[in-house]
Formats: sequence, structure tokens, C-alpha cells
Amino acid sequence: MQKKRVVFSYPPHLVDQPVISKLVKEFDLEVNIMRAHITPNERGRLVLEITGKKQSLEAGLNAVREMGVEIQPLAQDVRWHEERCTHCTACLSVCRTKALDVKRPEMVMSFTRDRCIACELCIPVCPYQAMEVLF
Amino acid sequence: MAKTIEEINEKIRKGKAVVLTAEEIIGFAEENGVKKATQEVDVVTTGTFGPMCSSGAYFNIGHTKPRIKIGGGRCYLNDVPVHTGLAAVDFFLGATAMPDDDPRNKVFPGKFSYGGAYVIEELVAGRDVRLTATAYGTDCYPRKSIDTYISLKDMNEAVLFNIRNAYQNYNVAVNLSDRVLYTYMGVLQPRLGNANYCSAGQLSPLLNDPLYKTIGMGTRIFLGGGIGYVVGPGTQHNPGVMRTEQGVPKAPAGTLSVTGDLKMMSPRWLRGTSFTGYGVTLTVGLGVPIPILNEEILRFTMVRDEEIWAQVVDYSEAYPQLIPGSLGEVNYAQLRSGKITVRGKEVPTAGLSSYARAREIAQILKEWIQAGKFFLTEPVERLPSVDSGIVLKPLKERPVKKSR
Repeated sequence: MQKKRVVFSYPPHLVDQPVISKLVKEFDLEVNIMRAHITPNERGRLVLEITGKKQSLEAGLNAVREMGVEIQPLAQDVRWHEERCTHCTACLSVCRTKALDVKRPEMVMSFTRDRCIACELCIPVCPYQAMEVLF
Repeated sequence: MAKTIEEINEKIRKGKAVVLTAEEIIGFAEENGVKKATQEVDVVTTGTFGPMCSSGAYFNIGHTKPRIKIGGGRCYLNDVPVHTGLAAVDFFLGATAMPDDDPRNKVFPGKFSYGGAYVIEELVAGRDVRLTATAYGTDCYPRKSIDTYISLKDMNEAVLFNIRNAYQNYNVAVNLSDRVLYTYMGVLQPRLGNANYCSAGQLSPLLNDPLYKTIGMGTRIFLGGGIGYVVGPGTQHNPGVMRTEQGVPKAPAGTLSVTGDLKMMSPRWLRGTSFTGYGVTLTVGLGVPIPILNEEILRFTMVRDEEIWAQVVDYSEAYPQLIPGSLGEVNYAQLRSGKITVRGKEVPTAGLSSYARAREIAQILKEWIQAGKFFLTEPVERLPSVDSGIVLKPLKERPVKKSR
């Protein structure tokens, strides 16, 4: 079994097409929708965690890609601008997955991409614009 | 035997001064005892790096040809209005000023992505900013408008002048209501969802000299990456709050007014800062050296996070409505552990003042002194202390008579 966190970008003509059900029914994949932002006639953006057998995962993603969905790993969409971070730790209490975490007693922040679910709660909380989600 | 500042400076000159940070002194003094530590250690360095709204800078930009009297006119740096109620080409830029067309909180919560503090950061980084001004024109200052780029090196003077910095302790902010609050203490989640604190604790300047035995008017300090001076007590300096037996205030108490040459400072230590739904502010790096003149002063610098207590304050009702009261006391060791208990509930904590950067400032100041580049000063006047009788007054509003 394999798990992947990806971002789907839909072109307008796919917004009213079933895409996720295809992954579930045809490829036996488990899909956890973490975020969805779909505007009819414009475009859609989904953040998904997909679990399944390695082969079906690849096949499923390929099939969706052929439909015209753009796929990229989630990690690329979330950025911690370390040079902007002052290690104030303001984000600490809102980051439920501990993607943003602190080393004690030095109180130095770190960002672990794999733990990030792109909930975006850190965005309004960071006073230094150190977090960026390219959505 | 008691030391004098002159003796310590002599040791600095000879490269023989023993300097420790406010963190290092704790272990050193515990190990060696107060007596020996007082004899051996000459200076303890402190630091803090946090948002400080009552900050700003004044400038003299030089005269134009023909002359313009910006004083009494309107003037902007990168669209941020500056205060022009001064002479022809002097003005003051406040950290929290923002462009006239910023939507503020019209679409709530506002982002406040640019303002005076960012202009200061950009100038200190050596960047050009756009200066626009309009004036009314006089016989001696005929010109009525100007639009140009300007940078720090073009100016005659550029001086950081902060009327309230380095708060001695601060509130811990929580939210008892059912909605998210956007405050200067950060985003507060409903129903005690989080607790935000803002102090460098055991590294903080005024918490290491709680009764203002050494810090006063004229004290030379680390300011914004350069050298600055304490002007005197900052606004709202309030030494009369409740204190621990060791004299450490348990609520916001003393403050500092400070100044320094902006041209010597660095953008790493002066950062534009945006609090969603609240506004723009400047995050200031500030460090004060404490001369170890006697055992009493040394004991004060040994203060540890677990001995510094702060009040937990509700920012949904108590703070905005100016209702006194606290939901309890917690110390900075608890706050830095990641969770505290308020009303029986475990609440995750987060800071606004960077402990990591505070430690870096104390370290830099230590190195400056060890390298013989930074000397201590005798304050001209000490800060008003607990015996000053100072009471912080709320504003008493009085009904205004209708004019006929």
C-alpha cells in the first residue's frame, strides 16, 4: 500500500465531471479530500490524500491526468520561507499536524512538509509572511 | 567588593571583561555561588526581539532646489503617510502608519500587508523608497510638489526613535468567546483554543534588572542591529504593579524609550510585521548590557523562566472593555513548554516574541563587548521605580459643551 498527497487542478470543462469516483470505483483507491476549491465554469483545486496499491495508484493518477487534470505533489504547494521566519512560534498552536514544530529549549522552528495538510491556518497567523500556500 | 562601570570599561578596553548572557549566568552563578560569580562576571547581556508598535523614525531629507516646505504639507514614503508637523524637510514615520487606500478591516479580517514598519525595514535594507509630497508654497519655500526616489544614504539624518519598547513582562492572551479574534496578540481561537504570550522571559532586558538598578537614561544598548541609547522610561512605564518576592513584576510594568542611528541598523533586527485583522507593527531587536556592580544586581540577572509569572487575560471581553482581572497566573517555563492550564483546560501556547532571536542578540552584544567594540555607560538618570508613586491612568472622558 502506498499513500500520496497531491493537488489536482481541473480545467473548467472537468468541473462538473466525476473524477474522484473514477479513482475509487475503477482503481480501488481510498481518497481523503483535505481541501476543495471549485468554481463552476472556472477551475477546481483539490488537495487529496490517496491510498492504494502502488500499481493502481499510478494507473489511477495516469487515467485522471489523461482526462486533463493537472497533478502535482502537495509539498510543492506549501512553502516555509525560512529566511522570513523569526522563530516567534506564533504558528505553533494552530498547526495541528505538527508540520510546524519547535525544538526546545532553543525554541527554533522547523517545517516538515510531509506532515502538512495545507489547512492554511498558519497563513493569517504568521506576522512575517513566512508561510506561503500556492493555491 | 563592588565594581564600578569605569572599572568594567577598563577591563573591556584590555579585552579582559568577563561577559555572560542572561541565560548563561543562571548556571554559572548556581555552580560558583553568588559571591564568586559577582567577583568574576563583569557584564550580563540580555535581548528581546518582538513586535513593538510605539516605534518610528525621523528623517531629514535635505533641501531641494528650489526649496519646498514639506512641513505642514502632505508627504508619503511608498504611499505611507508620514507626520509633517515639523520643519521644512524633517518628518516622522510611525511604524503602524499605513497607506491611505489600504482597506483596513473593511473586509474582515484585513491583511495589513504594508505600512510604516515595512518602509523602515526597506530603508534599512538599503532600498530606494518613493517620496511624494505636496506643499502650500511660501515666498521662501516656493515649490509645491515633489516625486522622487530616496534611500537612507541620501538623507542627512535617519534616526530610529521608539517611545515604548521592551515591555517588562506582558499579558498572556486567550479568547473565552465563541468566535475567532484577530488581535495584536495574534489570532486567538475561540473557547480557550490557544494562549499567546510575548516576552523573552529570562533573557528580557527589564526582567533582568527588575527594579531598574542599572538601566536608565543614557544606557548604551543594542538596537536594531546597531547601537542605540535609552532615552528614559517609555510611555505607560508602570513600575507599581504586583511583584514576586524577588521584585519581578507579574504584569506589564516598566518600558523603555530608545533611540539610535538608523543608518547603522540592519533589516534582520527591524522587521515589518502584519497582524491579520489588527494592523502593521515593527518587530524590534533590542539588547541591554547589565553591569554586575554588586551581588544584588547579579542575583537579579539569575532570574529563570519559572520565576517569571504573567497574567492570563481574556481578549474577548476583559481587555477590549478595560475590565481588570486575570484568569490566572502562569510562568514562562510553562508557556514555553507548549501548554498551560486555564480554568482546568489544557491550552496550547504560542509566542510572539522570538526567544531564539533574543538569545542571538544577547550573544552578539556579548561578542561586541568582548571584542572591545562596545562600552558601558553610567545612566544620567535612573528609571522611576516602585517608590515613584506612578499610577497608570485610564482616560477620563468629559462631556463636551455644545458651542453656540
